[in-house]
Amino acid sequence: MSEVALLAQRSVVRTLRQPAMVVPSLVFPLLLLSINTSGLETATHLPGFPTNSYFQFALAIPFIQGALFSANSAGTNVASDIESGFLNRLALTPLRRVSLMLGQLTGILALGLIQALTFVVVGLAFGDGIAAGPAGVVVLVLLSLTISLAFGAIGAFVALRAGNGEAVQGTFPLFFAALFLSSMSLPRDLIETDWFRTVATWNPVSYMLEGIRSLVIEGWDAEALALGFACAGGIALIAVAAAGSALRTRMVRT
Amino acid sequence: MSRGSFFSVARAVAWRNIHNWATNPALVIPGVLFPMFFFTAFAGGLSRIDNVPGFDYGAGYTTFVYGFVLLQAATFGGVFSSFSIARDFESGFSRRLMLGAANRGGIVAGYWIAALVRALTNIGVITVVALLVGLEVHGSGIDIVGLYTLAFLMNAFALLFGTGVAMRLRTMQAGPAIQTPAFLLLFLAPVWVPYDLLTGWVQAAASVNPLTLVLEAGRGFLAGDPTKVLPAFAVVALLVSVSVLWARGGLRSAERVA
Repeated sequence: MSEVALLAQRSVVRTLRQPAMVVPSLVFPLLLLSINTSGLETATHLPGFPTNSYFQFALAIPFIQGALFSANSAGTNVASDIESGFLNRLALTPLRRVSLMLGQLTGILALGLIQALTFVVVGLAFGDGIAAGPAGVVVLVLLSLTISLAFGAIGAFVALRAGNGEAVQGTFPLFFAALFLSSMSLPRDLIETDWFRTVATWNPVSYMLEGIRSLVIEGWDAEALALGFACAGGIALIAVAAAGSALRTRMVRT
Repeated sequence: MSRGSFFSVARAVAWRNIHNWATNPALVIPGVLFPMFFFTAFAGGLSRIDNVPGFDYGAGYTTFVYGFVLLQAATFGGVFSSFSIARDFESGFSRRLMLGAANRGGIVAGYWIAALVRALTNIGVITVVALLVGLEVHGSGIDIVGLYTLAFLMNAFALLFGTGVAMRLRTMQAGPAIQTPAFLLLFLAPVWVPYDLLTGWVQAAASVNPLTLVLEAGRGFLAGDPTKVLPAFAVVALLVSVSVLWARGGLRSAERVA
């Protein structure tokens, strides 16, 4: 455990010590939330729109955008460790791979926690509150952390496979594509374009958004939460396993 | 390298930049993908917005969004090209270029030609996709010339603004200083709905944002209902004129340290 704790501490300190990593992951999602809310408030006039406040509807988006920044941060940190030779030096120690992986991802969870708490506070300050109440806030933060872990592990996987930061940056647009092709802007049943609704229905990001949105707008919706946690947790499991495998390969190469 | 004239310098710089860009997918793909994401996400995901009372744009929501994405692609063609200037300073190439080029205005012209090629590519791809998914152009040939002229002037403005910043800071760290104002200018305009349907602080920002006029004129050309044409061209001409002076100042600053 002590080796995990040491690496986790290093990962947390390194992440939080870089304002360029923390500030954009908070400022950009909130700026876009503000712009979207002013630009799309009229969407609430559509018949069947689930709330009369677009802010409440759009509040779920920053949680996902923050997690996308986590993916970028995790990947960049791991790539930096590879490029600087830190991983090579660790490979010479009796450190276990699982410790290394857990340590690296702890920094992302710390960033994810800061993001989630910030977005919850903004939601409470400028919106109509969280419909699911205080317990809902706890579940919301847990779901947000699972999503951060999922995307963070994907970022770490890409970095371990490619071994350089440029490849991590190159995957950033793909993460954004996943967000854009989801039920980000309108509920799925209000999306008019057939192909887009189909893509959004197959896109797991839609269910992550809808899980968060259910807590903010409706209260407790077991199905939306189950789907949200299943999608985020499933991706997290697959991505952590893939990153572990990529780490094993990289350690062997070392 | 022999000391060259304006045109030979511009040609050489343009060729080098276009070659570097075209042979590097990491440079080509983001310029095409970002406007494409916006187009698909909003034309597809928000298409029902045109059912909202007060949304009266005859050519349909896909065309409405295309009007924005066209300007975005043109502007980001200029923004991304100005990153090349910063990179060239960081690598030391620009110092050598300054020593070899007698007419340094040709350097800026070369980067501008490269930016134009990038914008043409981005716009070409997005237009083909837009036509495939239902872009309706109600405007005449003259309207279309007006639309693309506005877009290419925005491309020149973005490149010249970025040039001024990149030549003053001479580092890739200048990226956010170039990108953020362009991003804000674009997104604090009526992007998803007409100006009258905006609410809150974004409507206040859009009312003083020069891009609002340009966007409304572009959408008017597409709908075959030209609107605010003269003010839009006046605004773009002013932006380009000011950015020419800004870029010239940047070039002078770079010359002093070359």
